[in-house]
Amino acid sequence: MKNEYIPFPSQVKKIIQHTDIEYTFRMSFSGDVKPGQFFEVSIPRYGEAPISVSGIGEDTVDLTIRKVGRVTDRIFQHYEGNTLLMRGPYGNGFDVEKFKGKEVVVIAGGTGLSPVKGIVDYFAQNPQEAVRTTLIAGFKSPEDILFKEDFKEWEKTIKVIKTVDAAPEGYDGLTGMVTAYIPDLSLTDIPNTVFITVGPPVMIKFTIGEILKRGVPNENIWISHERKMCCGLGKCGHCKMDSTYICLDGPVFNYAEGKDLID
Amino acid sequence: MGYQISRKAADDIFAQLRESYDIFAPKVFAGEGCFSDTDVIRYGKIDSLDEIEWARRSDYSFKEALLPVNETLFYFTEDETSVPACRQKDLLIFLKSCDLHALKRLDTIYLENGPEDFYYKRLREKAHFVLMGCGETCDNGFCVSMGTNRTDAYDLYLKLDGKTVLADCPSEKLRGFFERADASVCNVEPEYVSENTEEVTLPKNLSVKDFSNPIWEEYGSRCIGCGRCNFVCPTCTCFTMQDIHYRDNENVGERRRVWASCQVDGYDEIAGGIEFRKTQGERLRFKVMHKIYDFEKRFGYTMCVGCGRCDTVCPEYISYTTLINKLNMIKKEEA
Repeated sequence: MKNEYIPFPSQVKKIIQHTDIEYTFRMSFSGDVKPGQFFEVSIPRYGEAPISVSGIGEDTVDLTIRKVGRVTDRIFQHYEGNTLLMRGPYGNGFDVEKFKGKEVVVIAGGTGLSPVKGIVDYFAQNPQEAVRTTLIAGFKSPEDILFKEDFKEWEKTIKVIKTVDAAPEGYDGLTGMVTAYIPDLSLTDIPNTVFITVGPPVMIKFTIGEILKRGVPNENIWISHERKMCCGLGKCGHCKMDSTYICLDGPVFNYAEGKDLID
Repeated sequence: MGYQISRKAADDIFAQLRESYDIFAPKVFAGEGCFSDTDVIRYGKIDSLDEIEWARRSDYSFKEALLPVNETLFYFTEDETSVPACRQKDLLIFLKSCDLHALKRLDTIYLENGPEDFYYKRLREKAHFVLMGCGETCDNGFCVSMGTNRTDAYDLYLKLDGKTVLADCPSEKLRGFFERADASVCNVEPEYVSENTEEVTLPKNLSVKDFSNPIWEEYGSRCIGCGRCNFVCPTCTCFTMQDIHYRDNENVGERRRVWASCQVDGYDEIAGGIEFRKTQGERLRFKVMHKIYDFEKRFGYTMCVGCGRCDTVCPEYISYTTLINKLNMIKKEEA
């Protein structure tokens, strides 16, 4: 019988620094994995933390990690060539098939871009597979912008709105919350448009409010919930919302189902 | 198959059982209670039938025999992990009907919700259960209301009756011990309570709309978030991961899981300090609704077994049974 709690060592292949506190760790991994799934990443002595997959390569997965806790602080001291311990992937993840042939709008806040980045990558590389793809990504300030190199690639094939909440004088990019850009989106065929939104709980709440104002049905909205997870296996109980275990049934939900989940 | 044997013969059987089983039962830990000069009844390994507390309900449930308060998942050195060996002997666990019903809840979470749990399963496969009857209702128990006052899911039922011992032994494996002991065959029915002091009526048609009922804040306002209700509950299964390292070599240590409480700060806190249930009212609602509503929604039967331990242990005298009955009245009035 498989012992699901035993992690496997994974080598840090490459590190991409986005900001002072946010790095992408490209980890060795071969196996099936989808955008929106997560791994339990750990260093013995410091514990485990669930981290979303932010990119999928041949024999690698990207984990974009923000230095906010005990485990992640320690991970930052493990640089290229070292190993981290991982188990997973867990969760349902996003099914890109469901979005093909649609008008796709991805709205992400901060590190919320990680779980949806695989979707953006896919449609940026295969723009003909969607009617049109739009990414609205919000960050606190210009210093907090993640995936700068990826943005340059995405801008070549899809519509990108990259905004910051606040910027110093002289900043030539867009400013304002992501929600400010939803009313003006040109949507030609709302029943055939899908919205995918991930970010802090408050951002999700207001973003969905704006999306619904556009007359988008609940079924066309997809969200991903971030919750505390100690096991990823439906046992530890921390991620439960009502009768739903986020680690098993999520973290990705269609909003028609996800709207009724209360912590 | 029922048997009557002498106390002496029962002690002999017990001695034989000890050779192949680690035997766990509720026992009195004198002076170890919460307040001075009080005892606590909890589970421990026993060496004789005399050590068992037969009459009173244990303060803590049987669950720690299968789910230790803290359990080492693996040891780590700088580049290796190793899993601790499972106990060699099989387990024999003495418990009452409510707790045997709780076992089904533990099985549901640990064996059916997602992949099977390695550590739970390897102990569970070794575990056998000895039912202790209930002569009278226990403090705050409402097993009759929950339908958990009787069970036939035991391997062995034992009742001490002065110089004789009555046994019912559906388990073929254990039956041999009685047959070799020259026991007289008779019909033995486990003793059970058919009436409790407390009666509970579960509200019907609960839904997420009831999450906003003011009853949660009303009861939660007295809660101090100590988590004792979770730790005494035979059906609470939550845990948190914990890594520890040894003082003499900090690269060597172990990863453990330790019991967690949804009433205690930090239970749902994610990186960056975001908490989803900040008030004790919200946490109380989370716990109670799990016991009487959402577990059933997912698995098809009610989680709470009505043992009453949570009411007895609460230092703030918050009555879960009164809360449920009151919620039932509110729901009835609404309907």
